[in-house]
Amino acid sequence: MGAELVTEQSTARAAVEVSEHIVEIVSDSGEGAQTAGQMFADLCARSGNGIWTVEIIPAEIEPPSRSRAGASGNRIRIGSSRVTNAGDEADVVVALNEQVLYSRIDAGALRPGTIVYVDKVWGESRDPEVRARYVEAVEDFRRRGYTVIETPIESECRKRTKDPRKGKNMWVLGMLCALYDLHEGTVRDRIAARFGRKGAAVVEKNLELFSDGFRWGLENLEQRFHVHAVPVETPTVVMNGNQALALGVMAAGIEVCSMYPITPATSASHYLAANFENAGGIVHQAEDEIAAIGFALGCSYAGKTAVTITSGPGFALKTEFLGYAVMTELPLVVVVVQRGGPATGLPTKIEQGDLMAALFASPGDSPKIVLAPATIEECFHLIITARRLAEDFRSPVIVLSDANLATGQQPFAKPEPKEAWLAGPVDQSDWDSKVAPMAWDPRTGLSKRPIPGQRGGQHVLTGIVHDEWSHIAYESGVNQRAMAMRSRKFAALASALKPPVVHGDPEGDLLVVGWGSTLGAIEEAVDRLRADGRRVSSLHLRFLSPLEPGLKEIFQRFRKVTTVEVNYADDPDAPLINDETRRRSQLARLLREHTLVDVDCWGPVPGSPLPPGQIATHLATKLDELGRES
Amino acid sequence: MVGLKTEWEIEPAPRECTLAEYKGAEARWCPGCGDHSVLSAVQKMARDKQIPPERIVVVSGIGCSSRFPHYMSAYGFHSLHGRPLPVACGVKSRRPDLHVFAISGDGDCCAIGAGHWVHAIRYNMNITILMLDNSIYGLTKGQTSPTTRLGRASSTHPHGAPLPPLNPLTVTLGISNVSFVAQTVDWNPPHLSATIRAAHDHEGASFVRVLQRCPHFTGDVYADALEDRSHVLLMEHPDGIVLEPAMRERLKNRVDHDPRNLGEAFQLAARTDVYPVGLFYRDPDAVRYDLVTAHGLGKTPSEKLGAIEEAIERFAI
Ligand SMILES: Cc1ncc(C[n+]2csc(CCOP(=O)(O)OP(=O)(O)O)c2C)c(N)n1
Ligand code: SF4
Ligand SMILES: [Mg+2]
Repeated sequence: MGAELVTEQSTARAAVEVSEHIVEIVSDSGEGAQTAGQMFADLCARSGNGIWTVEIIPAEIEPPSRSRAGASGNRIRIGSSRVTNAGDEADVVVALNEQVLYSRIDAGALRPGTIVYVDKVWGESRDPEVRARYVEAVEDFRRRGYTVIETPIESECRKRTKDPRKGKNMWVLGMLCALYDLHEGTVRDRIAARFGRKGAAVVEKNLELFSDGFRWGLENLEQRFHVHAVPVETPTVVMNGNQALALGVMAAGIEVCSMYPITPATSASHYLAANFENAGGIVHQAEDEIAAIGFALGCSYAGKTAVTITSGPGFALKTEFLGYAVMTELPLVVVVVQRGGPATGLPTKIEQGDLMAALFASPGDSPKIVLAPATIEECFHLIITARRLAEDFRSPVIVLSDANLATGQQPFAKPEPKEAWLAGPVDQSDWDSKVAPMAWDPRTGLSKRPIPGQRGGQHVLTGIVHDEWSHIAYESGVNQRAMAMRSRKFAALASALKPPVVHGDPEGDLLVVGWGSTLGAIEEAVDRLRADGRRVSSLHLRFLSPLEPGLKEIFQRFRKVTTVEVNYADDPDAPLINDETRRRSQLARLLREHTLVDVDCWGPVPGSPLPPGQIATHLATKLDELGRES
Repeated sequence: MVGLKTEWEIEPAPRECTLAEYKGAEARWCPGCGDHSVLSAVQKMARDKQIPPERIVVVSGIGCSSRFPHYMSAYGFHSLHGRPLPVACGVKSRRPDLHVFAISGDGDCCAIGAGHWVHAIRYNMNITILMLDNSIYGLTKGQTSPTTRLGRASSTHPHGAPLPPLNPLTVTLGISNVSFVAQTVDWNPPHLSATIRAAHDHEGASFVRVLQRCPHFTGDVYADALEDRSHVLLMEHPDGIVLEPAMRERLKNRVDHDPRNLGEAFQLAARTDVYPVGLFYRDPDAVRYDLVTAHGLGKTPSEKLGAIEEAIERFAI
C-alpha cells in the first residue's frame, strides 16, 4: 500500500515545513477518535517525531451524542525533537461534529487561526434543528477567527461502508497522514496490529477507509504540513504512563498487584492483568481498597513485595493500613494516580492534590517515602526504585503519578531489564533467634526482617507500640525510642540523596519549583522566558519525602521562589485573602516549612494540564513585579 | 574433595516440636475467658500435627480475641480492627506452604469487617477462620455487637439492643462458594479441638464460630447451655465432627446431619432454641481462589526477564 500512496503524492500540494504542531481529534464517545489519535501519534513517533499526547475523556461512558460534554478524543503534539508536554492551543482540530468542538473551545484549546476540519454531514441533516445548529456553529467558529474547513467525512465514508460510525476514525487517520505528509509503509502493519483480533474483514475495511481518507486528503487539502523527523536510531518505546507503571511493576519483580478499580489508575492494572502472569505475578481485584492494601501487606509480610494502585478516594480508604505499614515497617509500594478532589472530584482529570494526603493522611506520626515521576519514562523506573527502597527501608513508598502522565504517551529509551531489578528470592534460611525482628541500627534506624518460614524468626507484627522484638510495650521510653528509630530511617535516606539539578542558571530573579507531570511545561515556559533574557530557572523534585537535600541553599540564590503545581491556592488578590489568610498550594506549604523561605505559589486547577504559555505568562508577571520592586 | 564421597547425605535429626514451642507470651485474658481454651486447642492441634511453628501465620484483627497471636509462638500479624481476612488471604496467596489462621471477634468479623468476611468466604483460600463470638465488644468495654441478643442491655444500649441479632452461621452459609461452616463452644474442649482440627484439615476457607464466654461482660449469655447440656445440639455424621464415644455420650441432645445437605444446614443454623454444634456444611469441590491464581508461582528470574522483555518489546518503535 505504501508504494501506491507515494505515487499519488505527486498530485498533492507541497507540504509547508513546521517545527511542531498540535493536532486534536474529537468525536462523540464511541466513534474512535481516541484510537485514531493514538495511532496517529504512534505513526509520528515511528517516523522519528517527538510526541506528547493527552486523552480527551468524557465523564460518562456513553454521553449523549452531539453534546458539548461528550467530547472524546486525543491531543497530539508533534515536534521535530523531543516533546515534553501538551503545549498551548491547537493548530489543527478535526471534529466529527460541531458540538464536541465547543467542549474544546470551552477548555481553551483553540486560538484564532486554528484550522478546524469539521464534518459537514450535519449541515445536510434531515433534521432541521441539527442543520440549524450546525450552520449557526460554523458561523460562530468563523467569527471566533478559526479557519473552518467543512469536510465530507461521513459522506466519503458512506461510499465504502454502511455504518460510517465504525470507520470514520480510520478515514480521518488517513486524512491526517496526508495532511502531515506521512507516507509510512507501516500503516498497514499498525492497522493489522490494532484490529487483527477482530478478523481479516475488519482489518481490510479499516485499511480501505484509511486509503480513502489519505487519497481524499492528497487530492483536496489546500494546505499540508511537514514536521521534520529524525529517524529513530536507538531502541525506543512509546507508551503511556500507566503502561510504564505496569511494566515497571513487572520489571521490579513485584508479584502481586492488589487493587480496586478507580479512574484514572485502573488502566495500569488492566495492562498488568493481561501480561503479569508470564512474569510470575497476579492482579488481585479486591472487594474494596481497604482489602486491597490488606492483601498486599499480607503478601509483603510473607516475603513478596506487593503494589496497590489507586487514586485519591481509594487512597483515603487505605490510610489506616498505611499507618500500620509504617508502624510495623512493612515494605509496600502504593501508586496513587491522582485525579481532581476532594470526594469524587474530577474523576478523569488531572490534579496534583494528594501530596499532603500522601504525606500525612495516616493517624499519628507516620513518615513514609513519597516519590513523584515527572515523565512517562520515570513512571517505569521509579517503580523499580520504589520497590528497592520499600525493602531496604522497610517502609511504604508512595508513588504519586497523575491523570496527565497516566494517559499521556511519550517515546523514551527502551529499558533493558536486569535481574538486579527483580526482587530476590524469599529467604528461608534459619534466622538467628537472638536477633530481634526489628533490631534497629541505632544510627540509621534500619533493620532486617525475618520472613515466615524462617525458623527462629517467629514474631508477631502489631500496630500497637512495640519494642524491637515487636512485643507490645506501653512504657513511654519504648514509644519514644521506636518513634525515633522509624523516623531516623528518613534522615538516613535523605543523606543518600543527591541535591536536585537547577534547570537554567543556578542563580537569578525567580526560581520555579515543581513536581510530577508539570516538568515539561514548566521547563518550556522557563526556556521561552530565558530566551527573552529573563533571569528565571526551575527545579523539579522527585523525592517529596524525604525532600532532596540542599533546597534552602539553592533557594537563597534567587530573589524569589515560587511553586507551579496543579493544586488549589487562594488568589492573593481575592477578597479577604492576605498573607495570613492565604491558603497555599501543597508543595509550597511543604517547602516553606522545610526551608523557612517565603515560597510563593501558583496553583490553578483547570482539570487539564497546564499549558507552557500560561505558565510563562504567569511567571512573566511575577518577574515584572520583581522588576518594579528593585 | 579429599575424604568426602561425591554423594553423601546427613540425615537431619528428626524434629519433635513440643507444646512449649507453640506457646508465646503469657495470655492476658481475664480468668475464665473462653479465649484461653481456643488458644490451647490451636496449640495442641499444631503440636499433634507437628506443624513447624515457623510455618504457621496467625493473623488477627483487633479485640480481646485478636490478642491471640501474641500468645502463640509462631509468625503473627495482629492487624487492624476488622481486617484480618484480607491480610490472611494475602499471606496465603503467594505462600501456599504456610498454615494460615485468621482470628476474629464478633465485632471484628460481623460489623466492621463484614465486607471482607463475605468475600473471604467466597475466595475460599486454604485458611482457617476462627470467629470468637462473645456476643459483645470486649476490648472496648461492653458495647452491643451484631450478635448481641435483642433487648440485652449494654453500654451503648442501656435500654437493650434494639435489633434482633445477626446470625453469622446463616449468613456464611448463604455466601456463594462457601466450603466449610462449623460451630463449637469454648467450654467443651474435646469438641472444640475436634472442630478446629477438622477445619484445618479442610482444604479451603473453613469458618468456625466459637461460642466464647466472656465472664467479664457477658457471663449470662451462654449460662443456659452451661447449666443444662441439653441446650447444646450435637450434629453428627461420619463426615462431620466425630467425637470420642465417651464425650459423645455426655451430649444427649443429638441429631444426624449430612454436611453435604445445605438446606438442612440452614434450618439447623437458624435454630434459636438450641446451640447446634458440629459441622453444618462442607463442599470439598468449591472453587479455590488460591489455586486458580497460583499461575506464575515459581517462575525463575530468567523466565521473568524474558516475559518482561517481550512485554516491553511490544511498545518498541
Ligand atoms: C478502626 C477502629 N475502630 C474502632 C476500634 C475500637 N475497637 C477495638 S476492638 C473493638 C471491638 C471488639 O469487639 P470484638 O471484635 O467482638 O472482639 P472482642 O474484644 O469481643 O474479642 C473496637 C470497636 C479500632 N481499634 N479501630
Ligand atoms: S473482657 Fe471478656 S473477652 Fe475480653 S478478656 Fe475478659 S473475658 Fe475475655
Ligand atoms: Mg466480641
